[in-house]
Formats: sequence, structure tokens, C-alpha cells
Amino acid sequence: MTAPNPVTIDPPVERSLWRRVASWLYSRPRTQLRLLLAGPLGWMTAAYFGSLLILLLGAFWTKDSLTGKVIPFSWSLDAFGNLFGAEVYRTVAFRTIGIAVLVTLTAVLLAFPIAYYMARIASPRTRRLLVVAVVMPLWAAYLVKIFAWRTILQGNGVLEWVLSPFGFESSGLVELVNSWLVLTYLWLPYMILPVFAGLERIPNSLLEASADLGGRAGVTFRRVVLPLVFPALVAGSIFTFSLSLGDYIVPDLVSDTKFIGNIIYDNSTLGNVPLAAAYALLPIVVVIGYLLVARRLGAFESL
Amino acid sequence: MKTFRITALLAGIGLLAAACGTSVPSGALTELGDGEGELNLVIWVGYAERGEVDPGYDWVTPFEDETGCMVSTTNMNSSAEGVQLLRSGEYDGGSFSGNASVPLMLAGDVAPVNTDLLSNYANVFAGLKDKTHNSLDGVAYGVPHGRGPNVLMWNTEEVTPAPTSWDIIWEDAGDYAGKISIFGVSDFIADAALHLMVKNPDLGITNPYQLNQEQFDAAIALLEEQKSHGVIYWSDAFDQITTFASGDAVVGTSWQFQANTLAGGDPPEPIEATVPAEGSTGWSDTWMIAKNAAHPNCMYLWMNHMMSAEANGQATVWFGEAPTSEAACNYAETLSPGHCEQTHATDEAYYDKIWYWATPRADCGDEDAATTCKDQDAWLAAWAALTGS
Repeated sequence: MTAPNPVTIDPPVERSLWRRVASWLYSRPRTQLRLLLAGPLGWMTAAYFGSLLILLLGAFWTKDSLTGKVIPFSWSLDAFGNLFGAEVYRTVAFRTIGIAVLVTLTAVLLAFPIAYYMARIASPRTRRLLVVAVVMPLWAAYLVKIFAWRTILQGNGVLEWVLSPFGFESSGLVELVNSWLVLTYLWLPYMILPVFAGLERIPNSLLEASADLGGRAGVTFRRVVLPLVFPALVAGSIFTFSLSLGDYIVPDLVSDTKFIGNIIYDNSTLGNVPLAAAYALLPIVVVIGYLLVARRLGAFESL
Repeated sequence: MKTFRITALLAGIGLLAAACGTSVPSGALTELGDGEGELNLVIWVGYAERGEVDPGYDWVTPFEDETGCMVSTTNMNSSAEGVQLLRSGEYDGGSFSGNASVPLMLAGDVAPVNTDLLSNYANVFAGLKDKTHNSLDGVAYGVPHGRGPNVLMWNTEEVTPAPTSWDIIWEDAGDYAGKISIFGVSDFIADAALHLMVKNPDLGITNPYQLNQEQFDAAIALLEEQKSHGVIYWSDAFDQITTFASGDAVVGTSWQFQANTLAGGDPPEPIEATVPAEGSTGWSDTWMIAKNAAHPNCMYLWMNHMMSAEANGQATVWFGEAPTSEAACNYAETLSPGHCEQTHATDEAYYDKIWYWATPRADCGDEDAATTCKDQDAWLAAWAALTGS
């Protein structure tokens, strides 16, 4: 037989280095984990929190009033003074939060019957079709959907065409109610899906047990279904509430009103970055507060 | 080959001028080289057409073919937005009105221009050169693009008789309540001030951009009253075109560009525009080069191109503003007979009634230390309060 050919063996130095690293890591599982997470966590910290931090630092800077140029690291609380000094920023904040709450409540009312039918009544075939139908709008681009609503709501649009025989006239693209309508439409799937999943998880035996113990439909709904599905409703509301709170394109395009996002956008494009940054703190605080409450209500287990 | 010849010619002119001993402003380009192959611009809508809307109006493609500088553009919706865009550092330059050009010059965001390198500069009407909105201490910081007034635009089927006064959007706003389209940026406060200048001389407004507290409060009160009649604010020109085409708006403040687009659309809309007898606000725009432009040669080539008869003639007809030279006027006449007459290209007396956009300044922009005015920040804050609540 032939003797083993030494040429086919890899250069010993390179191989042993790789091996040494591998065996060193083998005995240190925690280091392995740290190395694995270093990339994504590092990216998250630098790119996400870093940019957020720079934005928020801007809230404490001043700007030259003539040239409109922001002067970095020129510490002042002027932006907050202007923010608290003007009535308009409170009005806009209440309007935005109010619409976000309204959209969330509407989404709950609309989503619950649909999700209930999907989860507990529909045949498996119908259920699949309904899931596709609910997810389908998410395939279309956000702006396309908003412009579709513009053609519906604007003067001489679809809505006016349908309602004019009954003596209604379209109010055009200025009413705040348009924002409520379009935002509800946009975020409804994000409410239906968690509620559907939550309802699907309720075992039939619990409903039967309730019936056996004399619970009528109303009582079973109130005391069995609702408590079990409540975390899912809260989970869905995180989406509908925070997405509505941060939206600035819908109010601009369909209702000609200002939301928090519009004020931030306007001020940043017009050069008042300190004010924009200071105002941006408000939705951040509101959403963090909302998430803390949602966690207490068990929403994160239902996501 | 053509590219080489043009640039060589320009460079030659530059060298010749330098040899003759003309002083070049410090910080300006001293010699023109070949184009860098790319050019990024901040523009007003319609300032860089490549024949996509109407094949007859294309002054970007010939420029690209000639110089090899591929043009990308970003539209600004307001001067303040244009300033921020240029400051992002991603642009080589842009077309700026007075309320953007002055802050940019003062903050050092734009570079002085060596006009000796621009062969077409000599043809530009003298009345457009060395103005406060394009020069600082006698040094040019850009080249003129065109000027024009903000106009009153209306739907001829819905609004009769044809309006001849701004009253229709102020005192008589109730007549077309809810259907009035208004330029939705803080600069519009000047339009209210201009109206007060005519209607309420006791306020003593001499410049609609420099308002003291009392004058400013009166202008805001007028705007609030106007808003109470239900107005639609626009900031994007195409947004306004949509609202007029759909009938949501029937009268409002606009630019000739929107009126041209609507009236020349398919199907044509029954839209007309005019400058009422009281005068109007307006603009005189300047192409400026960013201080740290990545493609300075392309920007110089573009500035020169935009002063050529063909490009300036087409661009000013397209937007509906006054050409900047005799040659451009003659070219514009071939596209739209009577254009120079209609836009009053050389009529300085006409433009005395047009208040070009300017930056509101705390010192009122005058020498008198005793007077104080509301500055740009106050205007922006007041506008936010007006439109936000």
C-alpha cells in the first residue's frame, strides 16, 4: 500500500490556530453566546439608541435666529420653554392621543367579532380564506392605501358619488374624522391577528364548563372569554395605539390637520431641530408608559 | 469630444479673465475643470424638467449629454426646507429665493461665485445682478434664475365675476368658505401684512417682511379670521393642483406654475390666474453653489447652462416667470408668444410692487437700532400655532 502523503495535510499553523480557538471556546459557552450577540446588540446600541440619543441631545441646543443654524453643544432649555409656552403644542398632543385612543377602541370593536368568527365559528377552509383576506391589505404599500382613501374622500370622489343621491355633500380632505377612519382601516389587521390568536387558544372545554354551570352567553363572554382574551386585546392595542400616535402622513394627506408627528416633521424640515427634538420626547414618554401598563396586563405573553 | 471643447472653452475664458487681472472672490472656484459626472440639486418644483411631462420642455437631458453631469433633484416645499436640505451636505447647490439665499450666505453655507467662469453671465439683465438676495458686500453668491409674483388663482366656472382684488381671500373669504386654497408656510404672513399695508395704512407697515409687534399681531388676526372661513393650506404644488382639479378648492393663492399645469392639462381645467392691483409677494431666485460642493465643476456648468437662452427660456416659460436675459426672452417668445411682456421681464417699475420673499429679522434689516421686529422664529412659531390648532 502507499504511504500517507504529507502534502495533503493543511499547513499545521493555520489549522492549529483555528482549532485552538475552537477548543478554547468549547469550554466557555457564555463567551460563545456573548460573541454571537455582540454583532446584533452592538448594531442595536450604536445605530438605534445612538441616533435616538443624538436626536434627544438636540432638544437642549440653541439655534441662531437669523441664519436658523443649530449650534451644537450650546446648552439651553429654550426649546422646552417654547414648547410649554404655546397653547398649540398641548392642543396637538391631546388631539393626537385622543385620535390614537379612538382608533384603538374602534379597532377593538371591529376586530373582535371578525376574530371571534374566524377563531371559533368558521370552518377551517373559511378560516384560512379569512386570514388571507385580513393579511391581504398589508401587502399593498402604505401610501397607495392612503391615496386610495383620498380618491374616496375628496370632492367629487367615490363617497360623494354614493352619498349625493341622499343629499349628502363631501366635506373633502379637511376633516379630522377622515384621519380616524383611515388610521382605523390601516391598523385594523394588527388588532385582528392577536385577538384571533388569543381566541383560538381558549379551550372549548372552558366554554362548555361555563354552560354546564348555568352560564348564559353573556355571562360566559364577560367572565370567561373576555378575561382570557384581554391580554391579546392589549397586545393588539399596542400596535394600533403607537402606530396612530406616530403617524404624520395620514393626517396631512386626508385631513389637513396637525398631529404630533407633523409638528416634529415641520420643525425639523424648517430648521427648528431643538423644538422638534423636545417635542419628540412626548410620544416616547407616552409609549413607554403605555408599554409598562401593557406589560402589567400580560400583553407581552400574547404577542 | 463636445464635452471637452465646451469645458476647454470655459476654462480658457476663465484663464483669460484671470490673466486680465480680474479679482476672484476668495473661496470661489478659480479654474473650471471637467465635469465630475454627477450633480445633486435642491430645486423649486419645475426648475429641472427632462421632458417627462411635456416633451417640448427639456433642459436637463441636453445638459447631461453635453457635460456628462447626471442631474438628480429634490424639490423643496418652502425656502426654510430648502435651507435645511442644502445644509444636509448632500447637494452641490440649488435654486433659492431671498428668504433662503440670505441666511445661506450669512451662515457661510454657500460659496461666492466666480462669474468670470460663466460665459452667459454677461448677458443677464443688469437689473438682476448685485442685489441683496444674491450678493454680499458686492460679491456675487449666485446667478439669477428668474422672478415672478405669487398669483391669485381661481376656477372660472365657480368664481364669477373674475376677481381683481385680494379681498376675495380676506374680507370676502366667506363667499367661498371652505374652498379657499392658501400657501401653507410661514412666509404667507407677509401676504396678510401686504393686504394690511393697503387696507390699514395706520399700522404703518412699510415692508411686509419686517413687522413690529403691533403689525405682526394684526397680520395674525387677519389670518385667523381667514382660517375661520375654512381654508385648505397647501405646501406641495401638486397637492394644490389636485384640490383644484377635484373642485375642493375654487380660489386661492398660487404660483403661475400650478395655473399653467391645470389650464394646460388633459383635460384642461377652467383655471385662470392674475396679480391683483394691490401687488403681491413674489420671488427672485438664484442658483447657488454649496460651500463644500462635491461636484463644483458640474455646478458651474449648470449655472452657466441655466443662463443660456434655451434653458432659461424654457424654464421660465414652464414655471411662468420672467426670463433673465434678452436672449432668453427671445427664445421664450418662440415657445409662448408675448411671454416677456406678460412676465414684465425688464419692467422694474412693475417689480417695485412685488415684494420678493425675504427673511424676517429682529433688527428689521435696517440701520435704525431703535426698531425691533419679529424674527423668523417668531414667524414659524406663529404659523405653527395658526395651522396647528
